Amino acid sequence: MKRLFKPGLLIPIAIIIVLAIWPLLSGNSASSREAMFTLIMSMALASSLNIILGYTGYVSFGHIVFFGIGGYAGFWAITVLGWHILPAALLGGLIAALIAWLLGLAVLRLRGAYFALATIGILEAMKALVVNLDFLGGPVGMEMHFSEYKRYGGPMQSLWMIYWSMVILAIIVVVVSYFIKTSKFGLGLMAIREDEDAAEVMGVITPRAKTWAYVLSAVFPGIIGVLFFFKNGNIEPGDAFRLHFSIEWIVMIMLGGAGTVLGPIFGGGVYQWLRKTLLTSPLFKNYQLVVAGVMLLLIVLFVPTGVIGWLRARSAKLRRIFE
Amino acid sequence: MGDVLFTSAIDGLLIGVIYGLAAMGLTLIFGVMDVINLAHGPLIALGMFGVYLLFTFLGLNPFLAVAIVAVIGLLLGVVIYFIAVNRVIDAPPLSSLLSTFSVNMIIIGIGTAMLSTSSYNVDYSMGTMDLGFFRAPGARIAASLVALLTTALLYIFLYRTRPGKYIRAVANNRISAELMGIPSTRILALAFGVGVMLATVAGGLIATILPINILAGGSYELKSFVIVVLGGLGNPLGALLGGLILGLIEGIVPVFMKTTWVPVIEYVLFVLILLVRPQGILGAKE
Amino acid sequence: MKILEIKHVTKRFGGLTAVNNVTFDLEEGEILGLIGPNGAGKTTLFNCINGVYKPTEGQVIFKGQDITGLPTYKSAHIGLSRTHQIVRPLNELTVLENAMVGACYGRENMKLSDARKTAMEMLAFVGMEERFDVLAGTLNVAQKKRLEMARALSAKPYLLLLDEVLAGLNTAEVTHMLDTIRKIREQGVTIIMIEHIMHAVMSLSDRLIVLNYGSLIAEGSPEEVSQNPEVIEAYLGDPDLAARLLEEDKA
Repeated sequence: MKRLFKPGLLIPIAIIIVLAIWPLLSGNSASSREAMFTLIMSMALASSLNIILGYTGYVSFGHIVFFGIGGYAGFWAITVLGWHILPAALLGGLIAALIAWLLGLAVLRLRGAYFALATIGILEAMKALVVNLDFLGGPVGMEMHFSEYKRYGGPMQSLWMIYWSMVILAIIVVVVSYFIKTSKFGLGLMAIREDEDAAEVMGVITPRAKTWAYVLSAVFPGIIGVLFFFKNGNIEPGDAFRLHFSIEWIVMIMLGGAGTVLGPIFGGGVYQWLRKTLLTSPLFKNYQLVVAGVMLLLIVLFVPTGVIGWLRARSAKLRRIFE
Repeated sequence: MGDVLFTSAIDGLLIGVIYGLAAMGLTLIFGVMDVINLAHGPLIALGMFGVYLLFTFLGLNPFLAVAIVAVIGLLLGVVIYFIAVNRVIDAPPLSSLLSTFSVNMIIIGIGTAMLSTSSYNVDYSMGTMDLGFFRAPGARIAASLVALLTTALLYIFLYRTRPGKYIRAVANNRISAELMGIPSTRILALAFGVGVMLATVAGGLIATILPINILAGGSYELKSFVIVVLGGLGNPLGALLGGLILGLIEGIVPVFMKTTWVPVIEYVLFVLILLVRPQGILGAKE
Repeated sequence: MKILEIKHVTKRFGGLTAVNNVTFDLEEGEILGLIGPNGAGKTTLFNCINGVYKPTEGQVIFKGQDITGLPTYKSAHIGLSRTHQIVRPLNELTVLENAMVGACYGRENMKLSDARKTAMEMLAFVGMEERFDVLAGTLNVAQKKRLEMARALSAKPYLLLLDEVLAGLNTAEVTHMLDTIRKIREQGVTIIMIEHIMHAVMSLSDRLIVLNYGSLIAEGSPEEVSQNPEVIEAYLGDPDLAARLLEEDKA
């Protein structure tokens, strides 16, 4: 239990909590709630991806596939089976985890660029498949009837319920991420990241460890997908399986620092804040993507460890504060 | 049925040659420097718009425009190499994936701001060629022939000229090539330039036969991945074969099922080949 | 008691036979020197023993159990550790964390807290305890070799495979490392060491085996082996020169 009261865990949780209560304090709560939802969701998604990408060193480029799979599974359970959102969200996470497990058995044998390519292939295959599945609405996807929200006390209540679910989930993701990082399992993952063959020689059961890391990094995007599309009211293949979106998560991770607990939280926050600023600035409105691209390029070329990674590399003392 | 099948197959092969050409750019870069160029799609799109602009505003013949685009592509590739790739050439794969992806974002960002994402058309026709047993638009046949010609030139370049031989030497073993006095950084930049050139030429040829938009390169980039894996990563001739196979799939599959199943088949094939035979059909580079 | 039995192990890569029908035993507590010219198949033999490669033919028996072709992690779990010829530190992890990986996933499958204790002990044992908190990637070659050693020892192995731990070290560092290896043996760990520095391997080993072109060409005490003309020829091609060098080495 001593592990609970360390700055490495408390700092990211504190950041999320402060952001989460912001809409209650600010006057215009509906719009700041939406902004914070996007922000906290990004942090949670980037943190999940960080488990396989940052800790284990496997570049899952098409990681959004689990967000889409979970989203579709949950949306289907809600609209077709009439499930409550919460069990549906868990179903989304479960299906995403199950598919990650099956895929992982196969694709985690690939290394480096081959793995990255395979994840893009899986994403595109899944998107193309869903377009052809009529029971999931094919190319146009599925809509949720407005009356669905009545069950939770109306649209307003539903939105707040989703919001707080997202906040709690983000905190769970951070806790899981922290416990992995500071556990024996996490040590094994980082050994794999640094040198997979050497890790195996030292006794790390690499196939099993990688598969677990992949499953854990898929389960939360699966759940988040359900919350997101429930809030949206509709789901379609283009939104559920957008490659660009999952690359944004990678940018967030890189910005903060891959393989750190705080990195994706910090990076997610900065990225979304910057994006919002650019979107509203008349000068950069049309060149948002260019600015983001230049930023990414500069990070990759000059600060490849990210901000938190850079700080951690400075001294052992900073390593004890920032996990 | 036989007729339809035959015509679809020929149609598929004609476009497949161009797919193959695009993929050759990707596979050459990977083969030489182990970099997967994620700016490939936008560069194809730049080739498309290069031809469109030269044709529409200067009234150039589209195929002449393709030649100019090729030169621009080569130079652009060298510039991109020095800005985004050179510094991460020995870093883990994530670095070069992200640095080339940032180039992707920059190109798409500028392109979208200037051209929007709407569709453009190179309004050019060469009539219809009728060979009795087979009819196809003349431009389509011409584009495929130019693609074949470019492939042949690439091979002459790689196997008969000194810089081409240097590129192959660096691809084979960069360190020993350096020990033999080959200036590897310049050769890597040249190889990247040639790779980008092939992408822009393919884009230019596509513009002569199909409507274009700034995001259209993305789907050709994904096709290039599939082709490159089919043909063996780093193997240019394999890419041509892969392109033909992909073209055939796209030509023939719609005869039997809905067109929307084509990408499912393509990507499943892609992942399966990565898993079962990552060296591709013809074998990857050593 | 025999800790390791190598029975007719052969490893082929395509047409190349890297290890050819090698057979030998190893007694518990022994230090066995494995020598031979470059490319003789020494590292390949190590790789066959700990499961990096599955031998094309033959058997590897460890403590009476057939471990031929078991995954490398399994051989780590049953008490077989090794170092690498070209050091493989986990660069972005600290020195302590590197050693902890060995302890956590080695024979005793330790909890994190126990692993930390063992890792610190082993770092102290190889003289690296002061640098426990630096990133492994920042160490120099000699330190990285010590770290590899500490990592392998943290797994509490019965058998330790040392692949050229002396290469690239200066004289003082070699002396230090030789002391360390002697101390490891005193703790009852059996050792096979691949080594090129002759005086070192001669002084440490109880017994030597010699590989040439993948085949075992000689086996015996360091004195016997060093007199063996076939060995001398394999090494230098010129028996006279070799004999002279050996004389100098003794003096």
